[in-house]
Amino acid sequence: MSEGYAIDISGLNKSFGDKHAVNDVSIQVEQGEIFGFLGPNGSGKTTTIRLMCGLLVPDSGSGTCLGYDILRDSEQIKRHVGYMTQKFSYWEDLTIRENLDFVARMYEMPNRPEVVERALEGLGLTKQADQLAGSLSGGWKQRLALASCMLPNPKLLLLDEPTAGVDPGARRDFWEELFRLSAQGISILVTTHYMDEAERCHKLAYIAEGRLLTQGTPSEIISSQGLNTWAIYGENLADLSGKLQNQPGVEQTVLFGTMIHVSGKNGEMLESTLRTVTSGTAFRMEKMATGLEDVFIYMMKQSSKNSGAKT
Amino acid sequence: MTSLIGFSFSRWWSMVLKEFIQLRRDRLTFGMIIGLPIIQMALFGFAINSDPKHMPTAIISADQSEMTRTFIASMKASEYFEIVGVLPSEEAGRAALAQGKVQFVLNIPAGFTRSVLRGEHPALLVEADATDPVATGTALASVGQFASSVAAKDLTGPLKSLVGGKAPFEVRVHRLYNPEGITQYNIIPGLMGLILTMTLALITGLAITRERERGTMENLLAMPVKPIEIMTGKITPYIFIGLIQATIILLAARFVFRVPFAGSIITLYLTVLLFVVATLTVGITLSSLAQNQLQAMQMTMFYFLPSMLLSGFMFPFQGMPKWAQYIGNLLPLTHFNRLIRGIFLKGNQWWDLWPDIWPIIVFTLVAMTIAVKVYRRTID
Repeated sequence: MSEGYAIDISGLNKSFGDKHAVNDVSIQVEQGEIFGFLGPNGSGKTTTIRLMCGLLVPDSGSGTCLGYDILRDSEQIKRHVGYMTQKFSYWEDLTIRENLDFVARMYEMPNRPEVVERALEGLGLTKQADQLAGSLSGGWKQRLALASCMLPNPKLLLLDEPTAGVDPGARRDFWEELFRLSAQGISILVTTHYMDEAERCHKLAYIAEGRLLTQGTPSEIISSQGLNTWAIYGENLADLSGKLQNQPGVEQTVLFGTMIHVSGKNGEMLESTLRTVTSGTAFRMEKMATGLEDVFIYMMKQSSKNSGAKT
Repeated sequence: MTSLIGFSFSRWWSMVLKEFIQLRRDRLTFGMIIGLPIIQMALFGFAINSDPKHMPTAIISADQSEMTRTFIASMKASEYFEIVGVLPSEEAGRAALAQGKVQFVLNIPAGFTRSVLRGEHPALLVEADATDPVATGTALASVGQFASSVAAKDLTGPLKSLVGGKAPFEVRVHRLYNPEGITQYNIIPGLMGLILTMTLALITGLAITRERERGTMENLLAMPVKPIEIMTGKITPYIFIGLIQATIILLAARFVFRVPFAGSIITLYLTVLLFVVATLTVGITLSSLAQNQLQAMQMTMFYFLPSMLLSGFMFPFQGMPKWAQYIGNLLPLTHFNRLIRGIFLKGNQWWDLWPDIWPIIVFTLVAMTIAVKVYRRTID
């Protein structure tokens, strides 16, 4: 295992009862990288993160976080890795300052008051420091959680859906903060359902039903599937979408308000089908670059087809 | 379906069905619904007896004769007394009473039989642990009549002259520790343990489940803090709360209810401290077992009910059947009640208290072990 990786896990397995939550997952995250971890709800993202930070013990597999063994060194991992849970998990009946102070004490940090004061300044919450954490809005709670995670100066952040339910402005601020941290050499693994966030990541991994489907840069992932995509503009697109199903070359249609994305691996066959369908109609077709969303929907369908679509 | 002033029966019925489905899924609540009546019936119906019989009695016998044997035989025949042993001296008798090993001591003085035959009207002494007046009352009321059965059986023929007029001997009763038989003297110290059990087990019972329900437990687990640090850290504030509660009850007992205080205040506080730790450990254990706060409360109830009924607080311990006494002896409250009454009313010292101290220590260690085992580091 290379020392250059912030996270290097291979062949991780974890089952709960008869549910195989994490199935042979291997992930490499390089230092200073923002690594997007994507997948549908219940696909095993949170379980994988918990395995990484020593909260869960894998059934099999091995790996390191910051060079510490995930099986043996969970003490060290807890000390050096910041984990932000999906649900706000700080104490709502403590004030902002008390929360930060508690975290600083847990990590036995020297110059505690100074550290807390700096974190409050960084948050811009010095004035509201004595307000209860429970009274903060969703966006501010996320910022407090991130600041608390960052308090013990971790080298690696594991963020589980940090921007779920947060407004676009706060999301943008949050991501700017992530890029600042990444520039300082901090490695970040973040899960999200937002495609715009996924596109901003240095690297991505996509997991479905516990299995890792792909891993790489966004452009690598898009080209790996070899999809050709056309956009069709017009009205009554729902009817057209239905008509296109099972046509030669058409493997996937994704409906938007004023357009459809039609994708397929065989570009020529797809193009000729679309030309036939749209010729003599008001529909306008245009070749476009395949997006991450198209690719992920495609992979998800392939994955459930292969596994016999169990849910 | 029909509707009555906007009341929809189909809506009402779906509400009823939904409640039943949820009730069935919540196994613990379901268990409570079935289990509590059964437990209560068993305890109230079988275990509780406010006219206790077969109470342990020791004999100090400096004189043995047909007459004393008849007296002892009639004590046994009354079913109130069960002779558990013979003690060598009065000191040994007092110690046995102080430690609660026996409820009564029958003291037959030397030369008793000769004295009777001489017509000197000597006295037999029955010493009773009257801490709980309810437990000893009926038994003591019965001892007087044993003298006449001795007279009827053994003082016949030429000795019959002794029967006439005054009784041939007298049975003197000493009610120790609570001579006036005031029930409060027994109830008020007993309340201390009950109140501590109720409040402390409940508060700590909620302590860990609250963290779990709010999701803050996962955060704690991801920090470099050890389970033993979390548990003891959560217990410590409540130790102080327990001591404050004990102080309030102590002051009220002393100055409002005028309960005599024969023991040492330091002994009392150390005993309270031990009991508080035991109770908090129970709370923490239940808390690690329960999935949510409601379950924790229900489990506390499960623990509290037998504690209250089988500890000798509400009903005389000696009056319960053996099986109930065995269960009662497992509960720290049973021992604490004996300790606290011993300190308050009997002025017991450490050597008298020890038989009830070690069971609490053992209980605490066992509960703590379970708690640490159950509370897993990981969140599987």
